[in-house]
Amino acid sequence: MEKFTHILSTAVPLPMEDVDTDQIIPARFLKATTREGFGDNLFRDWRYHPDGSPKADFVLNNPTYSGKILVAGKNFGCGSSREHAAWSLTDYGFKVVVSSFFADIFRGNALNNGLLPVQVSPAFLDEMFTAIEADPQTKFIVSLEHQTIAIAGTEREEQFDIDPFRKVCMINGYDDIDFLLSLRGEIEEFERVREGATKKVLI
Amino acid sequence: MSKTLFDKIWDSHIVKPVEGGQDVLYIDRHFIHEVTSPQAFDGLRQRNIPVFRTKNTVATADHNVPTLNQHLPIVEPLSRFQVDKLTENCNEFGVDLYGLGHRWQGIVHVIGPELGITQPGMTIVCGDSHTSTHGAFGTIAFGIGTSQVEQVLASQCLLLKRPKRMRITVDGELAEGVVSKDIILYIISKLSAAGGTGYFVEYAGSAIRSLSMEARMTICNMSIEMGARGGLIAPDETTFEYVRGREFAPQGAAFEAAVAKWRELYSDPEAVFDKEYHYRAEDIAPMITYGTNPGMGVPVDEAIPTAPTPGDSLASFEKSLGYMGFTAGENLLGKPIHHVFIGSCTNSRIEDLRLAAKFVQGKQKAPHVTAMIVPGSKQVEAKAMAEGLDKIFIAAGFEFREPGCSACLGMNEDKVPAGEYCVSTSNRNFEGRQGPGARTILASPLTAVAAAVAGRIVDVRATN
Repeated sequence: MEKFTHILSTAVPLPMEDVDTDQIIPARFLKATTREGFGDNLFRDWRYHPDGSPKADFVLNNPTYSGKILVAGKNFGCGSSREHAAWSLTDYGFKVVVSSFFADIFRGNALNNGLLPVQVSPAFLDEMFTAIEADPQTKFIVSLEHQTIAIAGTEREEQFDIDPFRKVCMINGYDDIDFLLSLRGEIEEFERVREGATKKVLI
Repeated sequence: MSKTLFDKIWDSHIVKPVEGGQDVLYIDRHFIHEVTSPQAFDGLRQRNIPVFRTKNTVATADHNVPTLNQHLPIVEPLSRFQVDKLTENCNEFGVDLYGLGHRWQGIVHVIGPELGITQPGMTIVCGDSHTSTHGAFGTIAFGIGTSQVEQVLASQCLLLKRPKRMRITVDGELAEGVVSKDIILYIISKLSAAGGTGYFVEYAGSAIRSLSMEARMTICNMSIEMGARGGLIAPDETTFEYVRGREFAPQGAAFEAAVAKWRELYSDPEAVFDKEYHYRAEDIAPMITYGTNPGMGVPVDEAIPTAPTPGDSLASFEKSLGYMGFTAGENLLGKPIHHVFIGSCTNSRIEDLRLAAKFVQGKQKAPHVTAMIVPGSKQVEAKAMAEGLDKIFIAAGFEFREPGCSACLGMNEDKVPAGEYCVSTSNRNFEGRQGPGARTILASPLTAVAAAVAGRIVDVRATN
C-alpha cells in the first residue's frame, strides 16, 4: 500500500447524497480479476452515455474541476462491499474522499487501499462546496499526521477522526495482513483452546 | 455482567485485543465467490502463502453465472474467465467449490444455510454485503472487501473495531398479505439508508419470533440496506429444527450438545443497547420503493412523499424521482410495469417460490410483462420442480431459470432495459442496478407476483 502523509490539491465536487457503490462502479464492470484499470469506468453511467460519449454535465467531464480530492454528500459509498469502488477511485487518481458521512464497508475498503476517507461536519462540507463553487482552483490541505483538513488561503480548518491503528498503517503503508500473519502462533493457540472446550462438551 | 447476543458471540471470538480499540477476531466460516476473490488469491500467491484453514472456507459461483443453459460453457468471455479463475484458484489452494454443475451450487447466502454450514454462534464473512443474511441463525455475519478476503484466507482472522449495538423489536401479528420483506422494507423506510451505519442490529419481538428461518433470512439480509454491517436474531427451536440433519450440521449426540450451547445465545434481559426501536406488526402494510435507495419506501397504497426525508437534499430527492420517472406526491397503485424478477439472496428460497406459485396458480401474467423466477440454488430448484412449482410458473407465462444472482445486479445477461420498470424481490433499487437505466421497485414476492399478473402495481390485499 502507498504511504500517505499529506496532500495539497484542488477538489472535484459531487454534491449528492447516498452515492452508492453501484454508481461508483457498476456491477457489469466487476469482471476483471486484477485491481487495475477500474478508473476508466468510475461513475460510468453518470459519466458516459450508453454509446460511450461523455456526458457534458457530469463533473468529471468538466475541465474546470480536477484534483486528487473528491468531495461528496453524506452516506458516500453505501451499498455493496465491492472493493472495486475504492480501486476505481484510486485508479482514477483520487487520494482523498471527503463527505459528512461514510458507509462502513466503503470506509474500511478505502483505508485498505491508501484512499483516505475524511469525514467532516455537514457545515464544513457546505463550506467546501461553496469555496469550490466560488473558485474551482481553491486548494485544500489534508494532513493525516495532524488529522486536519483546511481550505488553503483561509483560516478555515477542521479536525477529522481516524482510528489510531489505521492512521499508522496509512502513514507507513502497512497492510493488516502483515500484522495478522505475525499472530499465527496466537491464532493457533486460540483454535486449540476452543477445540478443547468443544471436546469437553461432547464428553 | 449482562451482555447482548452480539457481544457474547464477539467476545468468544477475540483472539487478541489490539491497542487502539480493535480486536483480532476469529472467523469460523468464510464464503467466497468469483467476483471478489481473484485479487485476494493473487495476493496469497504474491506472498507465497497458503489458505490458512481450507476447511473453514467454501466457494461457489453465483454472481456472474448465466441462468440459462448452465450445462454449456459460459458464452460471455469475461464472465467465463472469472468463473474459470475461481475454479483454478480453489483447485490450487485446496478450497471446496460448489460451482456450476454441482448439485449444491447456488447463491452463496442461500447455500450456506441450506447445507447447514451456517450455525448459531458463528462468525461468518464473505466478500459480499448481504452476508448479513446468515445473522438469522444468531451469528455475527457481515460483508467484507477483497483485502479482507485475503486477510481471512491468510489468517482466518480480521482486525475489527466492535460496532455499536441496536435492537429493533417488532411485536404483534402481521396482517394478511404482509410478509417478512415488508417488515424490513418498512424498517428501512423509517430509519433511512444510513440509519444503521456503525451498528450491528438485533431483531427481536413476537413478530420476528413467529417467522420461519427463511423469512428471518430475508430480514437479516437487508440489514446492510440501512447501513448496518449486519443483523442477527437469537436462535430458538425454529432455528435448531432448521439446522438439524443438514449436510454440514453436527449429527446425533454432537448436534444435541451443540443445541445445548446454542440455547445460551440470547441477549441478557438487562443487556443495554446503544439504540432501540420498537414497531408494531399491525402498522406494516405491503411495501414498495419509489426511489433509488432502499430507504425510499412507502406502503403500496400510499403516495410518494412530497418532500425529501429530513437530512436529504431536495436535489437528491428530485434526481431520484427523475430517474424513476415519478413525481412527488404520486400514488403508484395502478402504475404499469414491464418486468418482474423473483430471485436474489433476499427472496429466492423455496418458501418464496411456494408463495408466488400459490398466488399465480390458475392465473396468467399480463401479456406485456416479462416475469422471471430464479431459484436461489440447485437444491431450491430441485425442490421446486419436485413440487411442480416450475410447471405452475411456466403455465402462467413466467420463465423458470437456473440459480444465480441474476437480475439482482445484472452482471450476467439478465438485465432490465433502460427506462423500464421492474418489480423486484431483490434488495437494491440503486440507479442502474438491474441494468443501465433500469427502474427498480423493490417489493415482496407476493406483491411482485401480483404485479406480474395485473401488469401494474397492485395492493395484494385487494386481489384474490
